[in-house]
Amino acid sequence: MTMQPTNKPIIGKDLVVVKDLVKYFPVRSGLLQRVVAQVQAVDGVSFTIHEGETLGMVGESGCGKTTVGRSMLRLIEPTSGSVIFDGTDVLRLKGKALKSMRRNMQIIFQDPYASLDPRMPIGESVMEGLNVHGIGTHRERVEIMMETLKKVGLEDYHARRYPHEFSGGQRQRIGIARALALRPKFIICDEPVSALDVSIQSQVLNILKDLQREFGLTYLFIAHNLSVVEHISDRVAVMYLGKMVELATREDLYREPLHPYTQALFSAIPVPDPGYKRDRIILKGDVPSPLHPPKGCRFHPRCPVAIDICSVEEPAFKESKKDHWAACWLVK
Amino acid sequence: MAENKKLLRIEDLVLYFNSRQGPVQAVDGVDFDLDYNRAVVVLGESGCGKSSLAKAILRLLPRNAGTYSGHIYLDGRDIMPLNEEEFRQNIRWASISMVPQAAMNALNPVIRVGDQVAEPAIIHLNVDKTEAIGLVKKMFRHVGVPEDFISRYPFELSGGMRQRVAIAMALVTSPILIILDEPTSALDVLTQANIFNVLKRLKKELGISFILITHDIATSSELADDVAVMYAGQIVEVNDAYHFFAKPLHPYSQKLMASVPRLHADMEPDFITGQPPSLINLPKGCRFAARCPSRFEKCVEDPPVVKIEDRKVKCWLYS
Repeated sequence: MTMQPTNKPIIGKDLVVVKDLVKYFPVRSGLLQRVVAQVQAVDGVSFTIHEGETLGMVGESGCGKTTVGRSMLRLIEPTSGSVIFDGTDVLRLKGKALKSMRRNMQIIFQDPYASLDPRMPIGESVMEGLNVHGIGTHRERVEIMMETLKKVGLEDYHARRYPHEFSGGQRQRIGIARALALRPKFIICDEPVSALDVSIQSQVLNILKDLQREFGLTYLFIAHNLSVVEHISDRVAVMYLGKMVELATREDLYREPLHPYTQALFSAIPVPDPGYKRDRIILKGDVPSPLHPPKGCRFHPRCPVAIDICSVEEPAFKESKKDHWAACWLVK
Repeated sequence: MAENKKLLRIEDLVLYFNSRQGPVQAVDGVDFDLDYNRAVVVLGESGCGKSSLAKAILRLLPRNAGTYSGHIYLDGRDIMPLNEEEFRQNIRWASISMVPQAAMNALNPVIRVGDQVAEPAIIHLNVDKTEAIGLVKKMFRHVGVPEDFISRYPFELSGGMRQRVAIAMALVTSPILIILDEPTSALDVLTQANIFNVLKRLKKELGISFILITHDIATSSELADDVAVMYAGQIVEVNDAYHFFAKPLHPYSQKLMASVPRLHADMEPDFITGQPPSLINLPKGCRFAARCPSRFEKCVEDPPVVKIEDRKVKCWLYS
């Protein structure tokens, strides 16, 4: 069997263009709460997401992938850069214009146990966005809510129940319904399956794929599990310590990763087969603190193939072959 | 009792918890055994009772524990009749130690990690502080923590380092068996790979046996010699790793294996419909029947445990 070509609408124009996105978190200390340092969570990240595609974003914890997602929606205010959504710079919007823009950009959170209001029946939760944006009459809103619940495989009678009455997989489907209710164009999925048992993960992934086909959705899929990302993404971006180190189509990245960090990540992926032998690239040490990132290439202290220039000058993020970008001095 | 002597032999182990709705049957008649210098992986979804199994073996019972019965033979000797004091002195941490779930967040934040790791040695081995610190240094070398980390506090260590410290704490009394409850599930893949390399080395160098409790099937295959699959409080399959990862027996194991997303796989990962039954209201007959693709009339009755050579499966399909 070969991989089914996904039945997606043809990948269209650039829907989201992120340019030089920077987010520093100030560290304050002392009586006057002076800023004593900056956590460089995201430091100059640029990428484009085409309409109808899924861009996967992978990296270890603390690499800034969630910060990228949240900055794009302005759930946290980025320090600088621009996020052009459908031709408008989201970072310049204010008040009403920002609110109506947010209708088109939604997010599914990581932990389905923490992201639903435990005192709100889930129907209300799903309808909340519709209420905020004042869409239709109450009856119409209820109708949209019921229809959205059906789309994620839940029934009418579920609407009156509370989150604690649902399993983890069902809760995550409620989280999807909540994002979907406003019929957005773009959804950021922030680790949507990592809190779920493996036996139900692919059910949630399948729902995301089906909805993408039906509504022509565009996803930014943030995850740390490379196998999961492979199943859902069209293109994949790899982040390390606040920087993007590689970006390519899924096929290219998984067949021939260029950046040494990506190669190390791949070699660490566990394979459920005790007879499987391979050469593992074991990286030295831990991810450095984003408070004091290393000079030059941020990966150089752990890089198995680092050369002199790596500790001096930062490599540019450049296209090494068509649609395959990497930031490494060794990549031509 | 001891036909060829096993390191650990568990017979009909039962641990129920009391709740207002009735007993929670977290561990319900578990049998399995473990040879010397081997690692068994206990696999199962969240809420299947696998962590309770660890607690039952180490007799770490919460206040609401109800029925607790069965036999646990360690090195041929039944440890269930021991009283609490004997158990504490001779078994817990002396012979069997544990790396609890989320151990890296369980370290005391205001005590230096060296002192924390030394504590079990001081209590169980009757050594003084200096000797204990010497042992700690030795353990740190085994698990790959730099020696000078002894005087650091937990917050100064990364997640992977803290997990290694927790493993050192389980090692310091030289136990013969270590129970690891989800040792790497909160860690990144690179750190996971490093921790598993440490565990593999410990098994080879020190001859320790492991019970590895996890839901992470792919990672567990790194260390596993044997696999026990748990579903709704019962063990439904015991198999050696080679056969299990190639061709699991129980329909639940098969579905579980098919759900694991694999790199470069041709097939989309599968999933299991529905959810595991509540441990308070367990269905009659086979507990997996409601979600099982191969269920038939027989499944309304409790399935027998069928032995196929050294492997065991609790399913009507094999009887």
